[in-house]
Amino acid sequence: MTAKKDKYLPLVGVFGLIAFWYLGYFVRIVDPVLLPPPHAAAKALWQGMMGGKLYSDFLVTVMRTLAAISIAAVIAIPLGIVLGANERLYRAVEFIIDFFRSTPASAMFPLFLVIFGVGDRTKIFVAAFGAALVILFNVAYGVMNARKTRILAAKIMGASNWRIMKDVVLMESLPQTFVGLRNGISLALVIVVVAEMFIGSVNGIGNRVFTAQQMFEMPDMYAAIFAAGALGYGLNIVFLMIEKSFVHWSGK
Amino acid sequence: MTVSLDAADVPLHWSPGPIDGPEPHITVRGLYKQFNDTVIYENFDLDIPRGKFVSVFGPNGCGKSTLINLISGLIPLDSGDVRFGGKTLQDTRIGYVFQNYREALFPWMSAFENIVYALLLRKVSRPEAEERVHKLVTHLGVRIDLTLFPYMMSGGQQQLVSIMRALVIEPEVLFLDEPFSALDYEMTLFMREQLQRIFEETGMTMMLVSHDLEEAVYLADYVLLLTRRPGRIAAYPRIDVPRPRNDATLANAEFVRQKAEALEIFQREVRR
Repeated sequence: MTAKKDKYLPLVGVFGLIAFWYLGYFVRIVDPVLLPPPHAAAKALWQGMMGGKLYSDFLVTVMRTLAAISIAAVIAIPLGIVLGANERLYRAVEFIIDFFRSTPASAMFPLFLVIFGVGDRTKIFVAAFGAALVILFNVAYGVMNARKTRILAAKIMGASNWRIMKDVVLMESLPQTFVGLRNGISLALVIVVVAEMFIGSVNGIGNRVFTAQQMFEMPDMYAAIFAAGALGYGLNIVFLMIEKSFVHWSGK
Repeated sequence: MTVSLDAADVPLHWSPGPIDGPEPHITVRGLYKQFNDTVIYENFDLDIPRGKFVSVFGPNGCGKSTLINLISGLIPLDSGDVRFGGKTLQDTRIGYVFQNYREALFPWMSAFENIVYALLLRKVSRPEAEERVHKLVTHLGVRIDLTLFPYMMSGGQQQLVSIMRALVIEPEVLFLDEPFSALDYEMTLFMREQLQRIFEETGMTMMLVSHDLEEAVYLADYVLLLTRRPGRIAAYPRIDVPRPRNDATLANAEFVRQKAEALEIFQREVRR
């Protein structure tokens, strides 16, 4: 009984926020031009996503983010496996990885701008750079922390080093790899949206938020923010679902 | 070395095998192993008789598991020689059952695939491998759903799958490293019976490490009692109790006497 009711608990927060927003709107906490009523933002979101400009910007951001995560994955996963399998090699580059993993990727924009110019490539590559380090780190640790007993079990059954790597270590690293991919795509989205706001951009959700704000089209701005939020949340859920079916044994 | 004089005065077992030992299957000669600066085995000789069940028992940290890991090649020898009926380890099919079944089975494969995989590694074709697993299942009378993934099974079922994975290649020797110590008591009793039945049906040479003296004696033809390190053979008694053993065995006079004797030797070694 309670479990069934608990399913709807998250709605309390949603309706609470909307109520609070209306309250703020009616008592004029801020200028109504800056804080339009929720239904105005919802209408802008609906119209924008149903064939409006917001929809095409949304798609552009999705494409850039997916391009960035794909590039990052293609580079970082094999590299992470190699580094994880050679622990001394990993120790040798660990500082570099940790250093750049800790560097805000947005600080790299100017450098990438110089190299790749203003255009899609810079946005995608900076995002890929940030995501790749996160993925690399996770894959390498996944490989390094492969259960010793499983490796020994394969060895005693007569598996060659290559088969141990392919059949055991790689599978062992998969759960951690997915953690890296999930964190990587969140980071890639952040970087793409920031890049769209500032570096000579003409489209994308970041650009939509920024332009709407410049033009004082506040409902459009809120609509774009919610679209970005929905995108981030949706990507996370999609990756969690892939993860669940792909590495069903994770955490068990 | 000598805390108590009478303990030190008792001579150690002088032969690498049991006194009345049948033909040895495994011969260990001049084994030397050290970890960091601690010598675990020095000039260690051992015979394991063919087709017999040998339980390894000894004080904590004496290197019981290390011994079977050295013999089975899981950890390298520093020096010495191990032969299986004259053959090297590379030419010998062995099976090994780990204490930690949770980390020994592959959770990304179903229980069935886990067992098949052992055969695929031996270059058996898939249809034949599946056929052989089905045969083994029938032969053992196993009644668990092998399509399940290991993490969906109870501890005992997982360990049974581990044992089947080790058995399916029809090993010449089966090593078991405290295979039941992570199971609850009820499951342990059940698994002991299963293992005893497998031993009686296959007659393969088995070497079991146990930290439970009763279990060691109950299952064994011979109990290999080790000293503190560096490891030596303290005693290697034959357990002269008829098979199949069951609950009545635990009250059998000969069993009780041999267990008490083993305990005495063990305590002497702990104090030595």
